Amino acid sequence: MRVSFRINGDPVAVEVEPRLHLADCLRDVLSLTGTHLGCEHGACGACTVIVDGTAVRACLMLTVQAEGTSVVTVEGLSSDDALSPLQTAFRKHHALQCGFCTPGMLTTAHALLTEEPDADADRIRSALSGNLCRCTGYIPIVEAVLEARAAYRKADKP
Amino acid sequence: MKPAPFDYQAPGTLREAIDLLASNPEACVIAGGQSLMPVLAFRLATPSLLVDLRRLPGLGNIDLRDDGFRLGALVRWRDIEDDQRLASAHPLLRAAIAHVAHYQIRNRGTVGGSLAHADPAAELPGVAVTCEGEIILFGPTGSRTVRAGDFFTGPLSTIRQPDEIVTELRLPKWPGGRRWAFRKYARREGDFALAGILLFYDEDREGVLINPHVGVIGACRLAHRLTGVETLLDGRAIDDGLIRRVAAMAAEEVDPPDDLHADAAYRRGLVATLVERSLRAAAQQGSAACG
Amino acid sequence: MIGTNRYIGSPVERIEDLRFLRGRGQFVGDLKRESMLHAAILRSPVAHGLIAAINPAAALAIAGVRAVITAKDVGGVPRIPLRLLPLPGTERFLQPVIAADRVRYVGEPVAVALADSPALAEDGVGAIALDIEELPPVPDRHVSGRGDILLYEEAGTNAAMIFTGDKGDADAAFRDADYVGRHRFAVQRHTALPMEPRGVLAEWDAAQGRMTVLGAAKVPFFNRDTLAAMLGLLPAEVDLIENDVGGGFGARGEFYPEDFLIPFAARHVGRPVRWLEDRREHLTAMNHARQADCEIEIACRSDGTILGVRGEVFVDLGAYVRTNGLIQPRTLAQCLTGPYRVPNVRITSTALLTNKTPSGTYRAPGRYEGSFFCERLIELAARDLGIDSAEMRLRNLISGGEMPYRLPRLEPVGPAGDTECDSGDYRETLERCLAEFGWEEKRALQGREIDGRYHGLAVACFIEGGGAGPKETARLDLEADGTASVYVGSTAVGQGLETVMAQIAADTLGMPLGQVRVLHGSTPFLDEGYGAFASRSTVLGGSAVFEAANALLAEIRAAAGARLGCAAEQVEVEDGYARAPDGRSLAFADLAAGGLRVTTAFGNDNRLTYTYGSAAAHVAVDPGTGDVELLDCLVVEDVGRIVNPLTLHGQAIGGMVQGLGGAFLEHLVYDATGQLLAGNLADYLIPTATDFPKIRAIALENHRSPSNPLGVKGAGEGAIIPIGGLMANAVANALASFGAMPNQLPLSSARVWHMGSAKKSTGSSE
Repeated sequence: MRVSFRINGDPVAVEVEPRLHLADCLRDVLSLTGTHLGCEHGACGACTVIVDGTAVRACLMLTVQAEGTSVVTVEGLSSDDALSPLQTAFRKHHALQCGFCTPGMLTTAHALLTEEPDADADRIRSALSGNLCRCTGYIPIVEAVLEARAAYRKADKP
Repeated sequence: MKPAPFDYQAPGTLREAIDLLASNPEACVIAGGQSLMPVLAFRLATPSLLVDLRRLPGLGNIDLRDDGFRLGALVRWRDIEDDQRLASAHPLLRAAIAHVAHYQIRNRGTVGGSLAHADPAAELPGVAVTCEGEIILFGPTGSRTVRAGDFFTGPLSTIRQPDEIVTELRLPKWPGGRRWAFRKYARREGDFALAGILLFYDEDREGVLINPHVGVIGACRLAHRLTGVETLLDGRAIDDGLIRRVAAMAAEEVDPPDDLHADAAYRRGLVATLVERSLRAAAQQGSAACG
Repeated sequence: MIGTNRYIGSPVERIEDLRFLRGRGQFVGDLKRESMLHAAILRSPVAHGLIAAINPAAALAIAGVRAVITAKDVGGVPRIPLRLLPLPGTERFLQPVIAADRVRYVGEPVAVALADSPALAEDGVGAIALDIEELPPVPDRHVSGRGDILLYEEAGTNAAMIFTGDKGDADAAFRDADYVGRHRFAVQRHTALPMEPRGVLAEWDAAQGRMTVLGAAKVPFFNRDTLAAMLGLLPAEVDLIENDVGGGFGARGEFYPEDFLIPFAARHVGRPVRWLEDRREHLTAMNHARQADCEIEIACRSDGTILGVRGEVFVDLGAYVRTNGLIQPRTLAQCLTGPYRVPNVRITSTALLTNKTPSGTYRAPGRYEGSFFCERLIELAARDLGIDSAEMRLRNLISGGEMPYRLPRLEPVGPAGDTECDSGDYRETLERCLAEFGWEEKRALQGREIDGRYHGLAVACFIEGGGAGPKETARLDLEADGTASVYVGSTAVGQGLETVMAQIAADTLGMPLGQVRVLHGSTPFLDEGYGAFASRSTVLGGSAVFEAANALLAEIRAAAGARLGCAAEQVEVEDGYARAPDGRSLAFADLAAGGLRVTTAFGNDNRLTYTYGSAAAHVAVDPGTGDVELLDCLVVEDVGRIVNPLTLHGQAIGGMVQGLGGAFLEHLVYDATGQLLAGNLADYLIPTATDFPKIRAIALENHRSPSNPLGVKGAGEGAIIPIGGLMANAVANALASFGAMPNQLPLSSARVWHMGSAKKSTGSSE
């Protein structure tokens, strides 16, 4: 089936089997391998992308369901020149070790802070409770997201 | 964990959707996909066709009417959370939905999907049953209305026919000042409840407890009301003694499963604890009633 | 070392983060090759049986399914050897690369399907007709020990190995003791569960006769040699390339059946083949860990001085002995008593085979379990003797004056397995921990009920044996542009290797950090290498880099001295320049034209380093739900020397949370037929961001390691070690009025509820 949508601001059209989920389409058809597969059953959050402004698990969405939508992946969170404030905060706080869960953490945090720039630590933890990490123990991730809030509170969103 | 192959259709009208289901007995309905996609990934189901409801108009509304609430099947958890009216108009619904799964899942999961999937630990079936809601089904012969208490028949099992689609959940009106509580216990935030209690009651002019509704999820094969508990509460004054008796009765009234997360005895114990805490919270309404 | 350290000791932000944050990591699933086929594995659905028939016809009939490989195609290939402790007798229990006539665990590889897409490969696997005659399973170590059902009839036993740890005269100590306490404890089967499942991408170059394998991790040089032997190739004809790795924790990177099957498949079909493990198969395919139970006793004087510990430990090893499967039982026999002075020890540790997924190492293997057993044992003795928990530890910790402190002799390994606690002041970390934790103030809460919850506190102490030998290799090249390339045999699993090694090289060479790149793990880089395990990378890899950098520095100074007309010793090196006393200088780039390169190996005679520390915890238990809230948990450890405090802290916090997962949530539950019930991440529960937010860790560097030039100690595994015993003791103390005996992990809410529901009856509950 032919599916058309926007990816990180650019229009794309792909030809896929109905059963191909969005994460596999991003990774294998569009070669955007930043979105990772940690479980393929909606439990780990490593595949989180932003569809029409909300964070979703790309492994629980069929590519065909993305028709007409606007998708943002981790690759779309920053330009080639500089890291975003959220990414900078992650690095500063050592909020990643192996890096596998990181794209999902970033997209989820970005979606959250875009809507709720004043989210407190409890809210951040709760919103990230669907993103599993085995390396960091989560504390530095929460610290990084807290620090990044300042950038989202400004009038010009990143 | 890739699904087995299937065809896919996203019809533009309800009638088309029903016709597809009627002519493809191996078809499955998909809405948000948050429950169905894992089932497909594990190949626990291998439908030949998915009928996607995403293009159907008019199923995404939350209507507050004089006679109650109407939630379209494609209303997402997120829509319920974002609807500021519900915080005061139906606080029990709002409180229960806040506990569903995780942030990303709440952006896609739907009212219709949850009802049709009928997980015995799911929150919305608990709300529907406890509040004496009604579920509207649409099929080849048109609409029919089913009482929530009759809709669920067992774990992942409902009376919906393969060629029917859930189109709406209706909940009765909710008077201001009603006392209510929602208490759930899960091992981690966002997990399915090992046990959950939903309750509300009203008070007559003398402050006597009337119209009690107590529902259970998680410690059961399907969401259901605890009618024995309700009878015990009806017309009584809430005090410590009553709360303890009611909690003990609730533990006896449920028939919980044994699984790798919790044995039946523990689930009974949880029910007792949650009933007790729910009643105390409801009785002290004015402070936070949900935990 | 020149001048003050600019990078060593600094919380340098990680170099590798830049690609991970942009989603530009190169994990094996991100790599592809022209004309690549995708593999899926048919795995045994039963725990024990004889393969009667495998019929791939229906699979091959699916368009896009290109081949199905079974044992018939593989032929005779050596079984997977033991990388560690290949003791006599173990050869009977090695795993074949593919099941030929018998399966011994649910998940054992039986066939490989190759297809044009991963989905088609999975369709193919689903269509292979597999006929297995079931045999009665051995579902647990008790049945295993009885020996009525054998996994290997020829061996005549299910006991793969028996280790003993011996010191002094345990029997005499027990005869003379004022107090003896005897208990049974158990730790559950759980697993490392890295967020990235495994994967292998193999390419066979028929013209050159070379096999290239991507997705290598942990011990690529050993794996390369093993694979070469299995394929009938020379090691030089096989390359294992390390890319980015999504966590290892001891489980990823050992040699598994797929590490042979996928390269074999690539050669068999003459096309590159990629296999990516999915999470469901991961739970039955990747090493399990930790399952051990014991009956042990402690002998004390009435003042709490420990005289001896003796008893029996049993490890449920699973169906085969994996490459490092014996490390857990071995460590339990030798190191169960941890940092405590126990002059008389006799522990027998038996590794028993069962029809379950085989087990291997997982972060502090044998130490987490041993600490649970030991800390529970000591806590119960303290309680019986009326001695405060902290005082009991203080009284029995090995003191600085007793260093080096020899641990029990391990048989059948003998003197080669001797080890001693190397340096440090164990009391110092305990006292620091108690002070930072606020033990004195919080003690009053012990066992008290506040707002319906019972409060409990506990303390524990630990040692982490790290820096396992024998050695590591590093090569330093000064490039033509004046930058330095560091090649090291250590492997990256997410621990910050690239940054830490760069810090060491940059400081030693007096270069800016940005001028140093680190390449690691892949076999073409070095003639020999060893890898990352047992917290050895900074100790051995870092020391190798340090020595190579010093050797390169000497060459730089000699070359600069020759060109600037002064003695080498007079040359000052700073910021990438070599300067003569008269002020003239040369940039590294000017010196590199001559080709400056150094290769060194650093070995430590197999002397382990011993990071050590203490931990304290405060819990609140809700008897109505069995919920345990961790109100505070602190680990204080002395790691000898800190190269990067940022990454070190990350290891501690990450390790603590894994330990908490093991203490409360994680459990690979099997049923009586050998079926794994916890087959997905909704049933196998690991901690999330909301579970354990109130934890902290402090690292000290007061006592350097005497066995390497950096003075560092292995520090990746310490913080996880005390967590199981600590949590159990805290819960026990909280529910003391219920007579609770939390002697089994995990402390699931169900178990805790049962313990807290017995107050109305008189007996204790477990």
